[in-house]
Amino acid sequence: MEFLESILVTPFIEIWESPYYFIELVLVGLSTGVLYSLVALGFVLIFKASGMFNFAQGAMVLFSALTLVGLMEHGVPLWAALILTVATMVGLAFLVERFMLRHLVNQEGLILFMATIGLNFILEGTGQLMWGSDVKRLEIGIPDQPFDILGGKILLNTFDVTAAFIGALLVVSLAVFFQKTPMGRALRAVADDHQAALSVGIPLKTIWIAVWTIAGIVALVAGIVWGAKSGVQFSLSLIALKALPVLILGGFTSVPGAIVGGLIIGVGEKVAEGFWGPALGGAIENWFAYMLALAFLVFRPQGLFGEKIIERV
Amino acid sequence: MFYREAGQFKTTYQGDQAVFPVFQDKVAVILVILAAYAVPLVADEYWLQAIFIQFLVFALMAIGLNILMGYAGQVSLGTGAFAAVGAYACYKLTTNIEGMNVIVAILLSGGCAAAVGVVFGLPSLRIKGFYLAVATLAAQFFILWLFNKVGWFYNNNPSGTITAPPRELFGVLITGPSASPEARYIVCLTFLIAFAWFAKNLVRGRIGRNWMAIRDMDIAAEIIGIRPLQTKLLAFAISSFYCGVAGALMIFCWLGSAETEAFDLANVSFRVLFMIIIGGLGSIGGSIMGAAFIVLVPIFLTNFPPMVGLDISTALQKHLEEIIFGVMIVFFLIVEPEGFARLWQILREKLRKWPFPY
Amino acid sequence: MPDGIQTPTGRVVGDVIMKVENVSLSFGGVRALDNVSFDVREHEILAIIGPNGAGKSSMLNCINGFYHPQEGAITYKGKRRDTAKPYEAAEEGIARTFQNIALFKGMSTLDNIMTGRGLKMKRNLFWQALYYGPALREELEHRAKAEEVIDFLEIEAIRKTPVGRLPYGLQKRVELGRALAAEPDLLLLDEPMAGMNHEEKEDMVRYILDVNDEYGTTIVLIEHDMSVVMDISDRVVVLDYGKKLADGTPDEVKRNQDVIDAYLGVSHD
Repeated sequence: MEFLESILVTPFIEIWESPYYFIELVLVGLSTGVLYSLVALGFVLIFKASGMFNFAQGAMVLFSALTLVGLMEHGVPLWAALILTVATMVGLAFLVERFMLRHLVNQEGLILFMATIGLNFILEGTGQLMWGSDVKRLEIGIPDQPFDILGGKILLNTFDVTAAFIGALLVVSLAVFFQKTPMGRALRAVADDHQAALSVGIPLKTIWIAVWTIAGIVALVAGIVWGAKSGVQFSLSLIALKALPVLILGGFTSVPGAIVGGLIIGVGEKVAEGFWGPALGGAIENWFAYMLALAFLVFRPQGLFGEKIIERV
Repeated sequence: MFYREAGQFKTTYQGDQAVFPVFQDKVAVILVILAAYAVPLVADEYWLQAIFIQFLVFALMAIGLNILMGYAGQVSLGTGAFAAVGAYACYKLTTNIEGMNVIVAILLSGGCAAAVGVVFGLPSLRIKGFYLAVATLAAQFFILWLFNKVGWFYNNNPSGTITAPPRELFGVLITGPSASPEARYIVCLTFLIAFAWFAKNLVRGRIGRNWMAIRDMDIAAEIIGIRPLQTKLLAFAISSFYCGVAGALMIFCWLGSAETEAFDLANVSFRVLFMIIIGGLGSIGGSIMGAAFIVLVPIFLTNFPPMVGLDISTALQKHLEEIIFGVMIVFFLIVEPEGFARLWQILREKLRKWPFPY
Repeated sequence: MPDGIQTPTGRVVGDVIMKVENVSLSFGGVRALDNVSFDVREHEILAIIGPNGAGKSSMLNCINGFYHPQEGAITYKGKRRDTAKPYEAAEEGIARTFQNIALFKGMSTLDNIMTGRGLKMKRNLFWQALYYGPALREELEHRAKAEEVIDFLEIEAIRKTPVGRLPYGLQKRVELGRALAAEPDLLLLDEPMAGMNHEEKEDMVRYILDVNDEYGTTIVLIEHDMSVVMDISDRVVVLDYGKKLADGTPDEVKRNQDVIDAYLGVSHD
């Protein structure tokens, strides 16, 4: 009875009693949410363009961040390291297309998904092989100062704000790209049906390389921001798993969905941990996102913004 | 090698449907099983403990996952969670109930795992493919969190680990630190053979066909009368039962004790997924082959380089392992999506005709 | 009420077993079916014809319970079909083939046909796991029945072949086999002869007629080949843009001006 009360009643009372803490959690949640959105974006891109759920996106985040940090550790200046890393991601896109995608044209979704699981492991192993597996610090000059607003009642951090800003910028550019440019249209055609797209002359190969490159760059940005926040380490690749609930909420094919989904998950997690965590022993963040996604799946499988699929026989 | 089959014509449907239609194959399988039982006579403790018992436990889990993914077409990343349910249930049953026969405990824990599997399989009516993977991931994370947080599950042991208490079967110690590897091996082997046989029986009959129908075209399946929810939930139940039993065996007959980490994504869920992809989706024999392969690769990587004079650190070995697995998965998916099972089939067909090309 | 009415084709047809009443179906803004009504009598062969997109397959899908029409009712043997679940159609004795083949590609011909027998197989999980004993007996019993269907359709040679590897015409035949294996009272065929050459068509027609002859199976058939339709049907329903244009014997429909304008055209010789 007491337990039920502590879940269904007390947290709401606490929210009411400490609104500033609540708002703080919301804001922190928003900034984490932006980071989730960033990673989810990479997924949406590849899914839109190839109908494939790229499980390796997380490993790409890790790999790109590792490459950047690794280069910098070897004395390469930031600007050069950035260029080289981007070049590496382009090269990776080429390799993936040449050795993997090309051979899996028009295979079923499940097979493609599993291929990306394989790719995930390849990237994780290679990245750590090349650059070592200890945690690395990433200093790229993002200011990291706590500051307060509203006269000391809400504590924020310049880092989070900057990250949110970078994320928002990237997201807006991508949204514009998909909706307004010819290449964006081509990408959407490819997402619908590989063979049909081929038959109208869309160069599948180029599209895929383009998409994976963009996804790689998105991964790099996500990697930089996450890495600067908590160090570049293996657990970055697990963020990919967090992106799944984001995509469920937002819909797999929707860029605005990835944004909204990421924010909701980010805020949801933090608020749940803050107000419900104590009653449940803490660390709810581990599973909260998935349970939320599960609930969504049952009631609204296509997510908030996804397309409802009508099946025909 | 047509001569092998010479004179063996099937005159009944039963003969036609046999798992091993060719007489020599029947004999071969019996010999393999006998040889498997004889292994403890020749193998040393390291081999039994590190390789064989691990293989048997994972082969059972692979069969379980294959039933769910390969036959019924439902994606699951929650294998670790279901195995954990089996393990923790068995732990609680044996520590809380005096005099419970350990085999009964293992089977009951399988039942618990089956129940949990059904609950997390409920969303499968509305969602498919890798959307369903999310539901099973929810199971994976939530269940392991539960077993970590709620002390009741590990008898409030301060270290958080569960340890299998010593239990006997027919007077022989089969669990606990003093149980001999031979005894534990025989127990696991028997479980595997029995359950592999049950699985094979299920998949070649009405239930297996229903699963495959749902996998291949669920709308058409429903229209011809197959009830999707019941069929999918049955798959979840049986698959989780197998994983639960394997999980219980993992703690009781292989590791002896463990924490929830032993059942996490990397150690179980993904590993078993690789086993069935490489071994062959939709194949019982393939699950076993895949398990053997995945268990052997790390052992190979540990032992082979020193043999040729190379010195590889454990970290490097782990990375290499990851890369090799990844490459093999992509390779198999491109070249032979049906895995070892299909390759074995092709080999046998070629051998049939050997030495003729056609 | 006479026991059976003899139709122009010589078949003896019974009472009405299915009523489609004022059925309307929409998807979003698209009206697939608009106030369609017709009857199906037992033992008859009814053809539904019309241009592509007229709503013919949607009609069958409504009968199966896969689509639920927004208006109207479909009653089969006294029970409502349109609000029921798809698997209940099979339980009522309705079997179906599909326009785009819906075979289980991962299974062999024999297994596909055996799935058609699935509803008749009762042995539970326990016996299935043991296999030997009651489950095996049941399996063999139904195997024998499946083999009868295989025999009837002359597909013995491909019974162990995975259906994904079969040519289109044979796949259609296997799909018919799966439907027949269920021993249905009502058989819904969606363009069973599409994409076949003349000989294959003749074979299919022969099978359909034999099934109706021997077992009295009621057949509702969507088909574009007019010679087939006019030859074998007792009655024809014509759909266009979701609306019913005509409903009557083949001769009546052939002479109906609306039908000629919309679909049949006039032969110039």
